Amino acid sequence: MIDRAQVLHVARLARLDLTDEEVGTMSRELSAVLDHIEKIGELDLDDVPATSHVVDVVNALRPDEPLPSLPREQALANAPEVVDDGFGVPSPGAS
Amino acid sequence: MSAAYEPVIGLEIHVQLSTRTKMFCGCELSFGDPPNVHTCPVCLGLPGALPVVNARAIHYAVMVGMALGCELAPRSIFHRKNYFYPDLPKGYQISQYDIPICSGGRLGDVRIHRAHLEEDAAKLVHVGASGRIHGADASVVDYNRGGTPLVEIVTEPDVRSAAQAREWLTLLRTTLRQLGVSDVNMEEGSLRCDANVSIRPVGSDVLGTKTELKNMNSFRFLERGVEAEIARQIAIVEGGGEVVQETLHYDPVSGSISSLRSKEEAHDYRYFPEPDLVPVVLTDEMIAAAKAELPELPAQRAERYESELGLSADSARLLAFRSELGAYFEAALKADGDSPQALANWISGELVARIGDEDPARTKVSPAAIAKLVGLVRGKQVTQGAAKQVLDRLVADGGDPEAIVEAEGLGAIGGGDELAEIVKRALESDPSAVEKLKGGNMKAIGPIVGFVMRETKGRADGGEVNRLVREQLGL
Amino acid sequence: MAATDLIALSARDAAEQIRHGHLSAQELFEAYRERAAADAAAGEEGLNAYTWVAEQAPADAPSKEAPLGGVPLAVKDLFCTAGIPSQSGSKILAGYRPPYTAHVVEQLEAAGSTILGKTNQDEFAMGSSNENSAFGAARNPWDRTRVPGGSSGGSAAAVAAGLAPWALGTDTGGSIRQPAALCGIVGLKPTYGSVSRFGMIAFASSLDQAGPFARDVSDAALLYKHMVGRDRRDSTSLQHPQEIELPSGVDLKGVRLGVPKELTGEGVESGVREAFNATLALAEQLGATVETTHLPHAPHALSAYYLIAPAEASSNLARFDGVRYGLRAEADDLLEMYVKTRAEGFGPEVKRRIMLGTYALSSGYYDAYYGRAQKVRTKIAEDFQQAFERFDFIVTPTAPTVAFRLGEKTADPLEMYLQDFCTVPMSLAGIPAISIPNGLSDGLPVGFQIAGPAFSENRLLDAAYVLEQALGFDGTEVRR
Repeated sequence: MIDRAQVLHVARLARLDLTDEEVGTMSRELSAVLDHIEKIGELDLDDVPATSHVVDVVNALRPDEPLPSLPREQALANAPEVVDDGFGVPSPGAS
Repeated sequence: MSAAYEPVIGLEIHVQLSTRTKMFCGCELSFGDPPNVHTCPVCLGLPGALPVVNARAIHYAVMVGMALGCELAPRSIFHRKNYFYPDLPKGYQISQYDIPICSGGRLGDVRIHRAHLEEDAAKLVHVGASGRIHGADASVVDYNRGGTPLVEIVTEPDVRSAAQAREWLTLLRTTLRQLGVSDVNMEEGSLRCDANVSIRPVGSDVLGTKTELKNMNSFRFLERGVEAEIARQIAIVEGGGEVVQETLHYDPVSGSISSLRSKEEAHDYRYFPEPDLVPVVLTDEMIAAAKAELPELPAQRAERYESELGLSADSARLLAFRSELGAYFEAALKADGDSPQALANWISGELVARIGDEDPARTKVSPAAIAKLVGLVRGKQVTQGAAKQVLDRLVADGGDPEAIVEAEGLGAIGGGDELAEIVKRALESDPSAVEKLKGGNMKAIGPIVGFVMRETKGRADGGEVNRLVREQLGL
Repeated sequence: MAATDLIALSARDAAEQIRHGHLSAQELFEAYRERAAADAAAGEEGLNAYTWVAEQAPADAPSKEAPLGGVPLAVKDLFCTAGIPSQSGSKILAGYRPPYTAHVVEQLEAAGSTILGKTNQDEFAMGSSNENSAFGAARNPWDRTRVPGGSSGGSAAAVAAGLAPWALGTDTGGSIRQPAALCGIVGLKPTYGSVSRFGMIAFASSLDQAGPFARDVSDAALLYKHMVGRDRRDSTSLQHPQEIELPSGVDLKGVRLGVPKELTGEGVESGVREAFNATLALAEQLGATVETTHLPHAPHALSAYYLIAPAEASSNLARFDGVRYGLRAEADDLLEMYVKTRAEGFGPEVKRRIMLGTYALSSGYYDAYYGRAQKVRTKIAEDFQQAFERFDFIVTPTAPTVAFRLGEKTADPLEMYLQDFCTVPMSLAGIPAISIPNGLSDGLPVGFQIAGPAFSENRLLDAAYVLEQALGFDGTEVRR
């Protein structure tokens, strides 16, 4: 069960503006999905190691050798706002 | 500071590593270049780009761990630290969380909690009329710095004063410089220090509520900032208040401390293992390679100066904790190794007083010259006072101390008739002092010695003058 | 050669003819390009398989010596292609043209492939019907009122309908295999790590894997052969221990097939089950042994998957913030820019998964959700390891149903998630699995899934090939 207040908290963490209606739908749908998912709580997993990778690779390292960077025009080509050769953003303000 | 309270200080230091390229991509590190010329799909966080760990960053982190006496994790992993800010292109910082590459350790009198690898944020410049964060209209992001490899070193709360914090950070900086893993320049941001500060009643072992003082960008500001925060906390507690846990900013211009309002009401970084990277497992080769590159470190060097050269602990630290002084001292010692302590005193005292923070190797005073000068003093060929004049000349023009002594007529006036004659004149010129001396007031010898020194331009040996005065007055 | 004859050629035959000078790469490209462009121009009437189609054949045709000799390739939208729209089916990336090309696309181009177009998909590969695309749903060529499956629905529809000789897709929990099944073509999800992910717009990093769509197993093998390889830019990529061979074989003598009870019982609709059972009988006739087995943790795979994938996605999609590329909403301050940009740019399913993933990672819930899901993942991988001690392959239906109607499952997310029931366990274990056409049920294609141990692709392709030959599925009617 995930209530409206939790939905709003999570939406804030995820930087998603939800309409009032979406908050309600989200609460209902996520609760249903979590209900199903929570069945894994029944499993005894105490001594089981967690798997975060299925590949058995370690030390995939890169030599410290420079590679060409993007020309600035290309780096900025998709930017919604360019200011002084940089990526313009609204001020962080008092948020 | 009130004697009733004891400060408890822990430091968090971010060190930019001086690799050629960034932590996770091949863009070159830079400082002061035009904005956004050192970026690529990886460090811009473009869709589809993937990080790959820089081998040299691992190598440097292992060296740091060894220098700090840390335990090295045989297998360490990276995590994602998730939060939104424009200087963080992926919306997460790749860092280490529950398995840092280095843990435990000690440097000098401060224990190390952990040291881990992560990537630096980009530079966010606030533009607008006031130039301040609040009230600025827009901001501009420059991703050149984004992705620079960082080692974050966290100490245990073992520091007990602002001065100790400064001294210890100096030791850390020297250590890192010796290692050659960083430029350690606080003004340029390659060494950044935060301090966790709390106070407690003397004798208590309970930790008080701590505040975090952010980003003090010089040694002086670190000392002043911590000093100011200690004073602020004592004032709060003595006024019956309670210290609030918060992040603070020290303004070196006004000397004031202000609260940095949290960007996100509650921090919830949602750490989880970075699925785009695989574990780092330290091999014997990697450990051997790091060991092979470890130079003698300041703490070891101070220890050696004490045990092998018989220097006092203070002298040993003064020289060893500033690596360039230590190197200069050792060069001078090679020219004349007869009196290490005297040489140490001359270098860390008289020479430093004249050249300040400058590297002595870059001054006109050659190590051989200062060694020779100390030798002349030891052989009583030059008095302390005259030697200081010679040193003035060496600092100004360089040259050979013996030649300067010769040319300037600064050679010591030994026993013999010349000095006896001057002492005689001194006594004649000051009958009241003579009276006092005869009455047993030896303090009155000051003016007599002063007269002799003036007459001899400091070339007389103080002890010898003293002896002659007693002899001539029959004391 | 007439255009219809060109389209009838398998990709490998076309490459062969180009190599011998019997066919020009330009001509072949143009034949497919016209079909693809016509479909794109048809709008609602068409399959909406493409989100971008090349305007002309590449000026500098690949060398005739190149192993793929100029055979055109349809590429799922989420592969970055320099200067070509790469939008991952999302409004937040509408019009985005990246400055670089994905490793696997680069590698295929070097082998002689030419990019025909970018194919429609569910937004950020999240979906099983292609209805979550910001560029409209793609349709199933067998019945245009039905979905092609997802998330690589456009690629599957394009190959099935002869709008491309073959295509690239990606599979996170079934996104190649399920649409291949629903469209009656071959789809291979390779061993995790065998194909570089560099330049694939990520959904869930520890699960995403690129793979081929083709009309038959041999073409799938040929395309996959040129996709594999260790890439220094992807830390999780590995060198495939074997050279990938074109499949061969005439029977399944000595091949041991395990049929997991957990993935072949409840929830699989009857027509699909009948087709599955018929093929098991056929396999036995071909010499295979077929035995029921268990994957005890498989019933929990979907739960683990719907924690792990959204958690990784919530982080992977944090970069879409309106700062460096893509959509930006009008806003007065930074926070407003973030929340509005992301609210406007992401569709409902993506938002749902970001929310789910953020929740699963948030303070106080990590251990119960994400941490636990990773442990379930361990158990699932162990289940497979144990099964592969007794069996060469695990076989299941690919999807529990045939293609469903557009809109049929959009109201209930859980219902949609169940489409991945049979494919998700292999994704969690990182092992290869292939879906081959397994006849029709009510006139709609059914898929047969074969899964093997990590890096067993050569054996897997051989087994799939033998079954394919015996089944004799004919998909030409939708390629007219």
